[in-house]
Amino acid sequence: MNDVMHFSAGISVMEISYILASVLFILGLKMLSHPLTARRGNILAAIGMILAIAATILFHEKEGKPIGNIGWILGAMVIGTIIGWVIAKRVRMTAMPQLVSFFNGMGGAAAALISMMEFPHVSQELMMRSGMANGHVLAILLGLVIGSVSWAGSMIAFGKLDGKIGDLRIKALRYVNMTILAGIIGFIVYIMTRDVAASAELTHLIIILFVVSVLYGVLFVMPIGGADMPVVISLLNSFTGVAAAMGGFLYNNQAMLTGGILVGSAGTILTILMCRAMNRSLLNVIIGVFGGGGSAAEGAAGTIKEITVADAAVLLSYSKKVVVVPGYGLAVAQAQHICHELDKMLEEKGVEVKYAIHPVAGRMPGHMNVLLAEADVPYEQLVESDEINPDLPNTDVIVVIGANDVVNPAAEDDPSSPIYGMPIVRAREAKNIIVMKRGMGKGYAAIENLLFYNDKTRMLFGDAKSTLQALVSEVKAL
Amino acid sequence: MEGVLDFFMANRGMIYMVILSVFLGIEVISHVPAILHTPLMSGANAIHGVVIIGAIIVMGHAETTGAMILGFLAVILGTLNVVGGFVVTDRMLEMFKKKK
Repeated sequence: MNDVMHFSAGISVMEISYILASVLFILGLKMLSHPLTARRGNILAAIGMILAIAATILFHEKEGKPIGNIGWILGAMVIGTIIGWVIAKRVRMTAMPQLVSFFNGMGGAAAALISMMEFPHVSQELMMRSGMANGHVLAILLGLVIGSVSWAGSMIAFGKLDGKIGDLRIKALRYVNMTILAGIIGFIVYIMTRDVAASAELTHLIIILFVVSVLYGVLFVMPIGGADMPVVISLLNSFTGVAAAMGGFLYNNQAMLTGGILVGSAGTILTILMCRAMNRSLLNVIIGVFGGGGSAAEGAAGTIKEITVADAAVLLSYSKKVVVVPGYGLAVAQAQHICHELDKMLEEKGVEVKYAIHPVAGRMPGHMNVLLAEADVPYEQLVESDEINPDLPNTDVIVVIGANDVVNPAAEDDPSSPIYGMPIVRAREAKNIIVMKRGMGKGYAAIENLLFYNDKTRMLFGDAKSTLQALVSEVKAL
Repeated sequence: MEGVLDFFMANRGMIYMVILSVFLGIEVISHVPAILHTPLMSGANAIHGVVIIGAIIVMGHAETTGAMILGFLAVILGTLNVVGGFVVTDRMLEMFKKKK
């Protein structure tokens, strides 16, 4: 190995920029995990990215040739920037999870495209020396497979969260998926053991591999639904990280490698943390078919008791302690602002109001916090479910707004329920329970909720926003 | 097999980096409070947009029209990932900051 290489000044500047970019990525991620520094962390990581991109365009060389087609590259970047910026700025806060999924898919697709284009260009010298079974080919094939799976899966997740695609819950699908996965691995081995001379003809095999990977991505996400969706997005996020890192191997590019691997490992940990919050194993999420009613819950239903807006207003105004449990229904109805108005009004009357935030309420962990922050609800009023549970027996009224699975007692009582074992907000321990719901439909996980039939529960049917508005005016009139 | 070993020897440095980055990623993330899960996922999502560098390299050395088209597409998608990811994360975090 010749360790003495001839560097041009440009290459050195590029490599130094990559080191700086990697440091900025790490610092950025670190700061992103603390509430006070999070925003600066994001900006630091963005600066790192700009640095890495600029250094690549200005100084990258391949066999002595600088980057060409600069006009086209800048043009593509302008188009991507405008589209990305506009979508990111205009999307509603409730649609955030789909959006993350969408952008993640774009990254996956870019990684897959890179692999497809690089495949015919693996260095001939390397091929002559070691045949098809070399690291470059492996990095290309893995980049292609992981990138394609991530792209297809993210698009399906996007469609599902946006309500455009339904769940496909067929038990046999898991065997189909395992077969396809085995097929993909077999195919990689097949390509890598082919004769080098035939490498040019292998291009069509690459296309087959791409198609099969896309199919796998689709079928992998199709059966997953309900509360498991955020876990899948997080998992696909780390997939794209790994796909980007494969590009790093390919180009001997440290910025891609550290950035990709960092996201790959951090994303995996985040995925596991989320699974833990729901008391499910990752394997279960991936191969398990989620949803369907717990058998014991069926038929055990009692009677539903309703409450009028006026009565609810009185009940709330004369309480000492009120806890609000917000769910996705609140977000969909865009009712977070009016909800905050109600809580301010109650506080003026001397009622203590807290929000119980379940880690997976909404469609993504932390989603509720973002939405309530948007409505200016002070940080101190948000309490995590573990912390608020011991307090609930002393709570006069718990108001469940558009939440369902996160307060379902089946998670504690019914071992046959798909959500059994998931930590919940123990709403039934409060003295009174008011549930605001659009109708008697089941929650996202499609499980019957016995809380609604509880003796202490009163239902307040209707759209969350208009119901809350009515409540506000009633409380005002008192 | 020889190829794989070759690759290992030639890329030892990078393999070390991969291993260390894996531990670093785990360490950096492991104490994140649940409220930051969504912005963190989104921020990490933007960082893996670093794949755009690969797209730029491919595009910068593309010679055929086919490669040009695919490269152009890859750069657009990569940029979408980067710009969209960072902007959306910033928007989320902006809301946390609004305190009186």
